[in-house]
Amino acid sequence: MKKIAFAGSVVAIGALSLVPFLWFVLTSGKSATEISAIPPIILPSFVWDNYRSAIDQYGLLRYIGNSAIVASATTLISIAIAALAAFALARFKLRWGRFYLMLLLALSMFPQIAIAGPVWLLLSALGWLNSYHGIVAAYISLSLPFAVWVLATFFRELPYDIEEAALIDGCTRWQALRLVVLPLAAPGLFTAAILVFIHAWNEFFFALIILTYPARQTLPVGIALFPGEYTMPWGEIAAASTIATLPLVALTLIFQRRIVQGLSAGAVKG
Amino acid sequence: MRSSPDPVWRFLLPSFVFVCVFSLYPIAESFRLSLYRMILTLPWLGQKFVGWENYRDLATDPVALGSLATSLIFVAVTTPIEVLLGLAMALVLNESFRGRGWLRAVVLVPWAVPTVVSSQMWRFIFNDRYGLFNYLLFGDATHWYWAPLAEPGLALMSIMVADIWKTSSFAALIILAGLQVIPRELYEAAGVDGATAWQKFRHITLPLIKPALLLALLFRTIDALKVFDLVFVMTQGGPADTTNVLQFYGYKKSFAEGMIGYGSAIAVVVFLISLLLSIVYIRLLGTGLLAKERRT
Repeated sequence: MKKIAFAGSVVAIGALSLVPFLWFVLTSGKSATEISAIPPIILPSFVWDNYRSAIDQYGLLRYIGNSAIVASATTLISIAIAALAAFALARFKLRWGRFYLMLLLALSMFPQIAIAGPVWLLLSALGWLNSYHGIVAAYISLSLPFAVWVLATFFRELPYDIEEAALIDGCTRWQALRLVVLPLAAPGLFTAAILVFIHAWNEFFFALIILTYPARQTLPVGIALFPGEYTMPWGEIAAASTIATLPLVALTLIFQRRIVQGLSAGAVKG
Repeated sequence: MRSSPDPVWRFLLPSFVFVCVFSLYPIAESFRLSLYRMILTLPWLGQKFVGWENYRDLATDPVALGSLATSLIFVAVTTPIEVLLGLAMALVLNESFRGRGWLRAVVLVPWAVPTVVSSQMWRFIFNDRYGLFNYLLFGDATHWYWAPLAEPGLALMSIMVADIWKTSSFAALIILAGLQVIPRELYEAAGVDGATAWQKFRHITLPLIKPALLLALLFRTIDALKVFDLVFVMTQGGPADTTNVLQFYGYKKSFAEGMIGYGSAIAVVVFLISLLLSIVYIRLLGTGLLAKERRT
């Protein structure tokens, strides 16, 4: 009896997690009449019109390109800066190291609206609105707190002996970081990179206010602002959403162990 | 600071620059802007110093007070549900059974889906003419169909459902991590002593996962205050401002209407609320978290 209840809960959890999304993905292959059919048609006739339309008419590929550029740049720079900081915080016995970590944690907790206005004004004054460097700069600062936390956790767990030997042999801290710690911490760096990338790919609030020219907008903005006055083009939206999400779902499934490790070890926001 | 041959500050400088420029300065500037009346995109109109007037207006603005209430209701309802569901999921995932890897992967899907996509998805499901939600409730009887996103009472619930779907798995992951460090021997010993499953849960599991539960609560509370994407895509704050959460109202004032002085006052209020919450939680967890760090 208990077994049946358990199996039931497994199925329920799996279904509730997957069905809404599957439903949307299936919608992307349906024609307009199939989408509005009552009772709902489960399996579509797999027309590709929605995808073609999303790419040709709505410029989906441009949005994807922008997201790819922004997310990649953010990840590279953010991880580099975070690795430096995390190394210092993990290895040097700093009196105010704990304070800095707590400050970072606190900063990551504030809703974006608290800093949105001044950030917008700052970027505007610099002429960085609607530019890659503008949005990437904002994203770097958004991702630094949890990148530093995750990396600091990883660095702390690395054994100190090899590093110590290198330092005794005359290496500077900088060399120790580059030649000893970073190679050893590669898995941790990779995990942090995945988390930063996913976060930058999904970010919406700042993209919405900073990127107002369609030529520069990222995928979340494109999907949120999908035009539709009287009837929403659900097929196209579903198609765009599927293209937007499948890489992430694939990434998450392939690297799920790392992701789960990173999320719970660093105990960071998703 | 004692001088050392190692340039410690150089390692921390890049991150510190970003923190100062994009976090500390903007928060201070939000405070300052809240004392002015200013239109965002017309800076040549100048800034007019108005002191506490924005805050006075805020205190008597029914929409603002409503959005404060909405935000608090949202946080108060979604957070416990998500942590409870997360706990349930974590308990299931903690058992070994065939297909556990699959279930864990499936549970991660809601987390992986971008919030904007999830918002459109739920908007589609809650559609008033052919949405799945209506069909499951009323079948073919389309004249009974609801428009959840257009009804003042239902709209907020719909957004909460969407949020719960997306983030329960995140809570599950954090709690699962806490569950997995509990040694099996404790359960075995209790079983030998004749404890029931419920007793095992109450006296072994629950006390030992308290830190993980608190952590999940903390992050979910903070994140619930930040809800924006769902509101923007699904309801735009409506109908009749019933889903107008603080962060969305601040956005509307500052960026949609350009009233950045007033919007900054909202921003400051939101900041203070989350500051209070984070202080409370960091107090509760801070020593625990750092003690865990030092042990490694």
